[in-house]
Amino acid sequence: MNDKITNILLVGVGGQGILLASEILAEAFMLAGLDVKKSEIHGMSQRGGSVVSHVRFGREVSSPTVPEGEGDILFGFELLEAYRSLPLLRPGAEVVVNDYRIAPPSVLLGQAAYPDDIPARIRARFPDFLLVDGLHLAQQAGDVRAANTVLLGAVSKRLPIDVAVWQQALEKMVPKKALEVNHKAFAMGRAL
Amino acid sequence: MSRAVLSGNEAIARGAYEAGVLVASAYPGTPSTEILENIVGYPEIDASWAPNEKVALEVAIGASFGGGRAIACMKHVGVNVAADPLFTLSYTGVRGGLVLVAADDPEMHSSQNEQDSRNYAKFAKVPMLEPADSQECKEFTRLGFDLSEQFDTPVMLRSCTRISHGKSIVELGERVSGLPAPKLTKDAPKLVMLPGNARVRHPLVEQRIVDLSAYGDGAAINRKEMRSTKVGIICAGVVYQYVREALPEASVLKLGMVYPLPHNLIREFASQVEQLFVIEELDPFIEEQVKAMGIAVTGKAIVPLCGELSPGRIRAAFAKVGLAEAPAAADSITEPLPPRPPNMCPGCPHRGLFYTLNRLNAYVTGDIGCYTLGFMPPLNAMDTCVCMGASVSNASGIVRVLSPEEQRRVVGVIGDSTFLHTGVNSLMEMAYNRVPATIVILDNRITAMTGRQENPTSGYTLKGVPAPEVDLAELCRVLGIEHVRLIDPNNLAETRRVLEEEMARPAPSVVITRRPCCLIKDATRFSPGPPLCIEPDKCTGCKACLRLGCPAIEWLPSSDGKKGKARIDSLLCNGCTVCQQLCKFDAIIHQQG
Ligand SMILES: Cc1ncc(C[n+]2csc(CCOP(=O)(O)OP(=O)(O)O)c2C)c(N)n1
Repeated sequence: MNDKITNILLVGVGGQGILLASEILAEAFMLAGLDVKKSEIHGMSQRGGSVVSHVRFGREVSSPTVPEGEGDILFGFELLEAYRSLPLLRPGAEVVVNDYRIAPPSVLLGQAAYPDDIPARIRARFPDFLLVDGLHLAQQAGDVRAANTVLLGAVSKRLPIDVAVWQQALEKMVPKKALEVNHKAFAMGRAL
Repeated sequence: MSRAVLSGNEAIARGAYEAGVLVASAYPGTPSTEILENIVGYPEIDASWAPNEKVALEVAIGASFGGGRAIACMKHVGVNVAADPLFTLSYTGVRGGLVLVAADDPEMHSSQNEQDSRNYAKFAKVPMLEPADSQECKEFTRLGFDLSEQFDTPVMLRSCTRISHGKSIVELGERVSGLPAPKLTKDAPKLVMLPGNARVRHPLVEQRIVDLSAYGDGAAINRKEMRSTKVGIICAGVVYQYVREALPEASVLKLGMVYPLPHNLIREFASQVEQLFVIEELDPFIEEQVKAMGIAVTGKAIVPLCGELSPGRIRAAFAKVGLAEAPAAADSITEPLPPRPPNMCPGCPHRGLFYTLNRLNAYVTGDIGCYTLGFMPPLNAMDTCVCMGASVSNASGIVRVLSPEEQRRVVGVIGDSTFLHTGVNSLMEMAYNRVPATIVILDNRITAMTGRQENPTSGYTLKGVPAPEVDLAELCRVLGIEHVRLIDPNNLAETRRVLEEEMARPAPSVVITRRPCCLIKDATRFSPGPPLCIEPDKCTGCKACLRLGCPAIEWLPSSDGKKGKARIDSLLCNGCTVCQQLCKFDAIIHQQG
């Protein structure tokens, strides 16, 4: 393993379970014997605001935050937030986004429009782009609430960690009764 | 030894456990809250919420005077509230070790200002440690207790948002054993701070700072990392991590103790590098002291004073003086995107109140909590917000300069936790001086903003033990408020009628809006109502329901030139019925089936 640090950004809307997903990532990197740091803002962001979580791994990681313009992988839980975060990425970064929209206040009030064709706009800037129908796949796995795990599965394929380690991290972080569904959801995401 | 990925807050909690702490007291505040929420997982520690930070620190001081190790945790502005005991605790010193954690919030991710707590260490003449990752959070907390007892001083531990809420790998240790058992000890010259005793203590405090500085010269937590001697950087805390990333060639003096500074070590480092810099977030705290030592150093001349630093910001600062390459301009998105600010939850009991205050054209002196979001459009119903408790006293002050006409419009709003934090004294003032303002206490039974912490109105403690509930109405009455009304804020007609009556009354009055927070997970305390939906045929597109700004109600513009319609997302709706009460066309109904 070289000295390169890999920078992952998880973005979405407060309440979508972004923190848990980033904890699972961090746990997996530690179990794989890597150094890992993560950072995000709690507090006001829980009330439906934008959330950005930074996860960095490598041989030795200093800053807990990803320097602007150096994100390697964007893991988007919501379309608009994924699009908004593109400036955090380096050219050629990989983008995995949940095909899901949550209207922000001005759109709810009819004062602004939710930008359409976000997937096409993302693809135009970042050709390495995967749009995931997380909700639908999670439903097939047995529970819509496992949508984040589907995405995690899709992201996992882009990371240098064995499936067994991912499974171990899931087992540690996901409640027992939800484990089976989550393993299934993870595998579905990974197969994309 | 086992390892875990811990946040700084989890690691501070672990450090307190390993240090043999017996008592932990705190008032919630981002980014410090999770320290106590994790300490409560160690049954050896008596962990509890205090109604405010002054009380939390005083509880810890009491435990220390009894001979037990104690920790008090708070956000940066909490130290303002706890400053009074802190400054005299500096004189008494401790019996059991005492650590005060202050968590700063540069960039104000969740705060009303970005004051730099390091100034408190210098002001109160107590040492301050500043960890740079979770491992150091744990170690420095442990060390803090040792230093506290060794130097007979409270020790401050400064964290910040990126340390408290950042996670990194920590090696776990065991809890120390063999600490002296707490017991009562009379020691009036040390513990009774009257002028005669305090005059004796003050020179000891001054000498302690000299001794601690000498300790810092040789302590492992202050370390030189010599690389290229062209540029030398003094830094501490999370900024050290940014510096390592932004300027990997530079030599670094990494300070683990940011007050008092290790003067000899700084002189030595300064003499070993060609150009000396201090990189620090917020105030030029280290820089000014290094300059006062007569050493040439550059700091805030190139590093921003406001906001957080980052590797990019440091690189940009050093690019200005030709010592780094400017970071590549980030790719930007030029079209305007709809912003996504935080919002009150669907079914939040605060919404109906702020809607009504807006309709009544009230001038609202505000306070801090989820209800501060009442200032956002479309509610637009908050006009001031200073600090916790200020709503009541600001209302009391503002009416004194207004005409009777305008006086009536003034309403102070304050949450239950905030009222018990520092609102009670303010209301006592208002009652005592017969000030004709109206105060609304938003009683949602919980401290919601910081993540649903228990408080003395909740009926149970941090440990989940049942506790007496403060009767807010009775409390207001005994303070001298004659007119106290209890209402359900989800009943709009009642809310409006009672507010109109109390605003018109030329006497002090309190309205308590009682409705549990819809984030409370325990079904015996809160359960959502059945979700509502909108019958498209009956919706006329009048937009009345949109004035609530509820995240569950969405406007659907029509494509064929006709009027649009509103829609309720039944997955989000908590069934509060406030929108239903506003709909003149009975279009909002309970879902069938
Ligand atoms: C001195 C100080 N301590 C702590 C905080 C953090 N803080 C902000 S609001 C709040 C409590 C809000 O609770 P409550 O008044 O019950 O209102 P709610 O959020 O439940 O509506 C806290 C602890 C602060 N801003 N200032």
